[in-house]
Amino acid sequence: MSDLHHTSEKPWQAVRTEAVESLLTELGVIDPARVDAIVRHYENAVGPKTGARVVAKAWTDPNFKKRLLADGLAACAELGIGGPETEYLHVVENSPKVHNAVVCTLCSCYPWPILGLPPAWYKSSAYRSRLVREPRKVLTEMGLLLSESVEIRVWDSVSEIRYLVLPERPAGTEAYTEEQLAELVTRDAMIGVAKLEAV
Amino acid sequence: MNGIHDMGGLHGFGAVAVEAGEPVFHSHWESRVFAMTQVIDTCGIWNLDEHRHEIELMDAAAYLTVGYYGRWLFAMERLLNRKNILWREEVERRGREIAQDSTTPVSVNRSDRNWPLTVHQKVSWGAWRHEIAVSSRFKVGQVVRVRNLHPAGHTRVTAYARGRVGTVTVVNAQAWVFPDTRAHNAGENLQPVYTVRFEARELWGPQAEANVWNHIDLSEAHLETLEQFI
Repeated sequence: MSDLHHTSEKPWQAVRTEAVESLLTELGVIDPARVDAIVRHYENAVGPKTGARVVAKAWTDPNFKKRLLADGLAACAELGIGGPETEYLHVVENSPKVHNAVVCTLCSCYPWPILGLPPAWYKSSAYRSRLVREPRKVLTEMGLLLSESVEIRVWDSVSEIRYLVLPERPAGTEAYTEEQLAELVTRDAMIGVAKLEAV
Repeated sequence: MNGIHDMGGLHGFGAVAVEAGEPVFHSHWESRVFAMTQVIDTCGIWNLDEHRHEIELMDAAAYLTVGYYGRWLFAMERLLNRKNILWREEVERRGREIAQDSTTPVSVNRSDRNWPLTVHQKVSWGAWRHEIAVSSRFKVGQVVRVRNLHPAGHTRVTAYARGRVGTVTVVNAQAWVFPDTRAHNAGENLQPVYTVRFEARELWGPQAEANVWNHIDLSEAHLETLEQFI
């Protein structure tokens, strides 16, 4: 790969990627149109808004919440949500006494169909190495200060089971509609590195 | 394998850097690597665990510097090369042609290419696809020890959990593929996956934070009873 470093203005990874894509297309292994469609899907169609719908529904429909906590993916399927990288979904619920946070120390497993692709910090060496050992410190650094009396549960999702944190519904949102509630729900709260507030 | 990918508990990586307004992909090539991998995942060329293991085989210094999708690019190229679908020298040549804006790239013409795959050559990608019953050796509430395993190949037992004692909180009694063997195409070894809860002090000793519990999902073959020494 070293010779490709010096022959182009483009980053070497861009050149190699283009080379692989053009060859795989010639060989009929991939269809670039399908590659385009997948890029568009992850750029536009899925993301934290999907998970926010699930959370808002759980806050407003106790029966849905029960089903969600029992079998996360089956409940998401009721809302038309599903896709690759999530075979099974455990939803873990925050309360005034318990706070949940999710990591994958071995690679960066993440519930793509529910939250979209993970942010760079979730995939970073710092987050992967530290969250399991010093979650209180990491969360504080990320802006979430939890009382010592709050139990922190760290979920290292190294199997094919994915995790979604069900955040606490913010105070003062009793009159909100499900859609208004969904607007409040952030990706970081569903990973467990933030809490939510009414705006 | 005890590699740099197994990061749980390591020191030295500093603060978690959060990027405001982060795009889904930081560059065009990242989006192509991601989406091409998604397409190839469905072609029967490799399975999920093989793909993960290929990343683990990366040079440790490169692992830390090429970025997430740089690792995926590495794994894609290496697997395609190893499986005789696209050889490294073909990628190098095409890369040179692209870098030099060549209008007449050499087309690929080797006859010993392992493509298209026959039905028998194809492998399945997914993790849990078997709607069959498997029996569970451990039950909720049972105290278990993580086996002290250090295989040279792929494993999903995190180093920081090995030899540690925890309590089973969830029995995922579906027939889950055992990644440690499937990564080497050595069988699916269907078995339950258990959520095991550890008090942080059991894992991190006196440096553990107070009131913290770690949960790890482990295959049945990763666990033993307290009486059992293997």
